[in-house]
Amino acid sequence: MTPTPTLFAPILVAAVALFGWNCWRRLSLTALGQPDNRLDNLRLRAGDTLRYAFAQLRVVRKPYGLVHLTIFWCFLVLMIANSEFLLNGLFPAVSFSRLPDGLFIPLMQMIDVVSLITLAAVTIAMVRRAVAPPYPEARTFEAFFILFLIATLMLASFGINAAKLSHLHGSVAALAGTIMPISSLVVALIPPGQARLVYDLSWWTHAGALLLFLNLLPLSKHFHIVTAIPTIFLRRHEQPVLPQREEFVTGNRFGTADVTGYSWKELLDAFACTECGRCQLACPANATGKPLNPRRVIHDLKLNLLNNGPALKRRQAAPLPLIGNRGDGSIDTETIWSCTTCGACLEVCPVFIEQMPKLIPLRRHLVEMEARFPEELLNLFENMEGRSNPWGIAPTERGKWATLVGERTFEPGTTEYLFFVGCAGSFDARAKQVTLALALLLDKAGVSWGILGKDEKCCGDSLRRLGNEYVFDKLAQENIALFKERGIKKVIVQCPHCLTTLKNDYRQYGIELEVIHHSQLLLHLVQDGRLALPRQATELGRLVYHDSCYLGRHNGIYDEPRQALALATGAAPLEMPRSREEGFCCGAGGGRMWMEEFTGERINLNRAKEALAQGPDTVCTACPYCLTMLDDGMKDLQASTVQVKDIAEVLAEAALR
Amino acid sequence: MLIVACIKQVPDTTQVKIDPVTNTLVREGIPFIMNPYDSHALEAALQLKDRFGCRVAALSMGPPNAEATLRKALALGADRAILLSDRCFGGADTLATSNVLAAAIRKISQEQEPVGLVLCGKQTIDGDTAQVGPGIAVRLGYQQLTLVDQIEELDMPAKRLVVRRKLEGRHERVQAPLPALVTVVRELNRPRYPTVPMRLAAVDAPVEIWDNQLLQLDTQAVGLKGSPTWVARIFSPQRAKGEIIGNGCTDPEGAVDLLLDKLRAKDLLPL
Ligand code: SF4
Ligand code: SF4
Repeated sequence: MTPTPTLFAPILVAAVALFGWNCWRRLSLTALGQPDNRLDNLRLRAGDTLRYAFAQLRVVRKPYGLVHLTIFWCFLVLMIANSEFLLNGLFPAVSFSRLPDGLFIPLMQMIDVVSLITLAAVTIAMVRRAVAPPYPEARTFEAFFILFLIATLMLASFGINAAKLSHLHGSVAALAGTIMPISSLVVALIPPGQARLVYDLSWWTHAGALLLFLNLLPLSKHFHIVTAIPTIFLRRHEQPVLPQREEFVTGNRFGTADVTGYSWKELLDAFACTECGRCQLACPANATGKPLNPRRVIHDLKLNLLNNGPALKRRQAAPLPLIGNRGDGSIDTETIWSCTTCGACLEVCPVFIEQMPKLIPLRRHLVEMEARFPEELLNLFENMEGRSNPWGIAPTERGKWATLVGERTFEPGTTEYLFFVGCAGSFDARAKQVTLALALLLDKAGVSWGILGKDEKCCGDSLRRLGNEYVFDKLAQENIALFKERGIKKVIVQCPHCLTTLKNDYRQYGIELEVIHHSQLLLHLVQDGRLALPRQATELGRLVYHDSCYLGRHNGIYDEPRQALALATGAAPLEMPRSREEGFCCGAGGGRMWMEEFTGERINLNRAKEALAQGPDTVCTACPYCLTMLDDGMKDLQASTVQVKDIAEVLAEAALR
Repeated sequence: MLIVACIKQVPDTTQVKIDPVTNTLVREGIPFIMNPYDSHALEAALQLKDRFGCRVAALSMGPPNAEATLRKALALGADRAILLSDRCFGGADTLATSNVLAAAIRKISQEQEPVGLVLCGKQTIDGDTAQVGPGIAVRLGYQQLTLVDQIEELDMPAKRLVVRRKLEGRHERVQAPLPALVTVVRELNRPRYPTVPMRLAAVDAPVEIWDNQLLQLDTQAVGLKGSPTWVARIFSPQRAKGEIIGNGCTDPEGAVDLLLDKLRAKDLLPL
C-alpha cells in the first residue's frame, strides 16, 4: 500500500491528538498541587538545564550513562529527520531532496550515520538491560519494547533510504555511497524488482513505529523524554532541600494525606521519573531490606495521582489513600518512617526529583493530624516538649560538663563564639568526651567561646525530620529569641544536625547565623597557626573517615575534616568505597536515632562492615549520631579493638598530649 | 454519663531543687507537668469516651496557672475542664483536697450531668500519698477501686464495672456498681499524643474556674485551715559529694591510676 497523504493524514492527526490528550490528562493533574514559584533565578536555571539536561552531567556519572547521552543526542538529530518524514507524508512536496546539495549531502550523511549509532546504542542498552540490569525489576517488557521500537525505526529508515537509493541510476547512483554510506549498503539486500515493496513496507513500519512510540511516551516511564528537561529547569536550588514552615492557625491542615498537599512541581516529579533506579541503589533503607524504595515512592505517587486525579479535580474525596497500612494505600507507613533523610536519593537523581522531601509532609500528617507514629517516638516528643532534650534529662544538667573546663557562659558583647553544644554533646556520656576535647582545643587555640548552659534547647532537628513541626517550631522560636536577645552571630557546633538546623532551617525564621562546624573551625585554627599540633597522632593507626550525611551531602563539607585528619595523623584518612557524595548513612538521621530498627539488616552494621573492610584501627567521624551508631556497630561485630573517634578527639591527640 | 478525670499539675520533679536554707521546694523556673499517673487516668477516660461515647471532664484543684495543664487535657480530647481555684483552697493537705474535689464532683453530678465514674492517678509524684482518690470516694460514697491496671468491662445500662487491680505479686479482678472511683497505675495504658488541630482548639476552649463562692464550702474544711497535716521539713537525702579526678580526656591512663589508688586505699578492690 503506497503511502498517500489521504491515507496518512487521518492516522497522523488521530495519533497526535491521542498523544496530546494523554499528555494533557497527565500534566493537567499537576494543577491539583499547591503554588510554588520555580521561575526565580532564570539564569541559573538555564545553566542547569544545559549542564544536566543537555550535557547530562549526572547521567554520565555511571558508565552506561554514556549510552544514554548518545541516544539523547542522536534523538535530537533524528528529530530533524522524523519531522521531514511526517511532513513529507502529509505534503509530498516537502522533502530534504529540495535542499541545495551543499546542505542536502551533509545532512543526509549525518542522519545516516547517526541512525547507525542509535541502532548500536539501543542494542547495547538492550543487552545491558538483559544481562546486567541496573536493578532486577528493571527488566520490564515496556523497557525492552521501547528499545525495540527505536531499533525498528532505525532499520525501517535504512529500508526507506535504501529503496530510494536503488532507484538512482548512472552517475548519481555512484554518489549514493557518499550521501548515505550506511543505507547504500542495504541496497544490495533488496531483491531485484522489489524496491517499491520494500519502500512501502519500510515506510509504513517507520510511520507505525514512530506514532506508536509517540503514544507510548505519556503512558510509560519514557514520558521523561517530554518532562525531564522542564523538571531539571524547575529544580529547587536551595541546598539542602528544606521542608516548608507551617503556620499553626486553626483550620490549616498540617502535612498532607493526599496529593493535593504537594506543590505542582512535586507532582510533576511523578511524571519525570526515568525509573533509572539510581536512587534506590543509593538508599540505605532500601539497601538494608526496609520497605522504602525512593523510586517506588515516586512511582506510587504517580499511580495515586492518576487514580485519584479525576475525583480530586471534581473536588471529591480521593478513592485511593496516599498513606496506607500494609498495602491499602499508596505509600505504607513503614515506608514513610524508614527514611533516614540521608539525601542520597536527591544526590544521584539525574532529573533532580525530590524524593525524600515528599515523605516529610506524610510524616507531618501522621504526627500532627493523627498522632500516629511508632511508639518509641512518644517519649521523644514529650521529652523534647517538656524538657527540650531527647532523653528527658533535667535542663539544668545541660551545662554541667563545663564545670570540667571552668564555667563558660556566653557573655553578650564579650564572647566571640557561641558554642552550641547540642543535646548529645551535653548529655550523652560518650559525646560529652568529644565536647570536652573540643573545649580544650578551643582553649588551647585561644578562641573566645561560651555556652548557653541550661538555657540552650534542642535545635529540633529530629523533630523536624520526623514531621513534628509543631514542637520543632516551638523550640526553634525559643532558641532564636534567645540568640537574638544575647546578640549571637557566630556559632560553633559539633553536631552536623545542629549545623544544618541552625544554619539552614532557622534561616526560614529570618535569622542568619554564621554557623561553623568544629571540623571546619579546627582546620582553620591549625592552618592559621593558632592551634599547634606538636605531635602526630600515629598511635591511632590506620584511620578511616566516615562522612556524616548532614555534614557532607546536606552541607557540602567533605574536604575540611579530611584535611584536618591528615594534619593530625600525618596521612590522608582511608576512604570507604561509598564516600563523600556517595557516603552511606549510619542509620541515625531523620529521627531514626530514636527509633527501633526491626526490618532487615541494621543500617549501622552495614556501614560498620564497610568500614572494617578497610582494615582500620580507628574509624573517625564528625557527628555524635554517627559516633554512637558506628560504635554500636563495632561492638555488635565484635570489633571493639577498632576505636570509633570524633575528629576533635583525633586532633586532641595531636594537640594536647 | 460523665466520666471525671482528676488531674493535678505538679512541678516536674526531675527538675525540682530544694532550697537548703528554707527547706522548701524551689519552684522558680521549674516547668509544671500533668502528674504522670493522672495522664493515665485521663487516657482511660478518653478511651472509654472513644468506645462508649460518654463525655469526659478534666477536674483539677490548684492555682490559676494550673489552667495550662487543663488545656492539655482539652487538647487530648476532654470535653470540659474545670479548675477549682480559690485563695482559701491553698495549702491543702490530702484531706482538704478531697473535700474540695468531692464537693465539685457532687455539684456536677447533682446539678449538671450525672457522674458515673471518677478516675484518678494512683498518687501524685510530688506528694506520693495516694490518699486523695480514696478520700474522694469515701466522701461521695462511691465504690473505690484502687491500683487498677485494666478496665475489663463497663456496662453502663447495668451500672456495673469490672476491673483488674495490680497488687504485689498478684492481680485481683473486682466487680463494682457505678458510680465508682478508680485509681490507676501506669500499666493501664499509653497516654495519647495531642494532634495539632486539637491543641489549637484547646487554646480557645473555655476552662471553667470554680471558686468557693460557687462551691460554698466551710472555709475551715478547705485549704490550710482544713489541713491537719503539716510538713515539718523537706530535704534532699545527703549524698557524699563526688570529685573529679584526673583528666580522662588528655590522660586516661593517669586517671585510671588515680582511681585505682583511691579504691585500693579504701580497700574496695577485690584483689
Ligand atoms: S533520604 Fe536516604 S533513606 Fe531517605 S529515601 Fe532518600 S536515600 Fe533513602
Ligand atoms: S527518582 Fe530519579 S534516581 Fe530515582 S529512579 Fe526516578 S529518575 Fe532515577
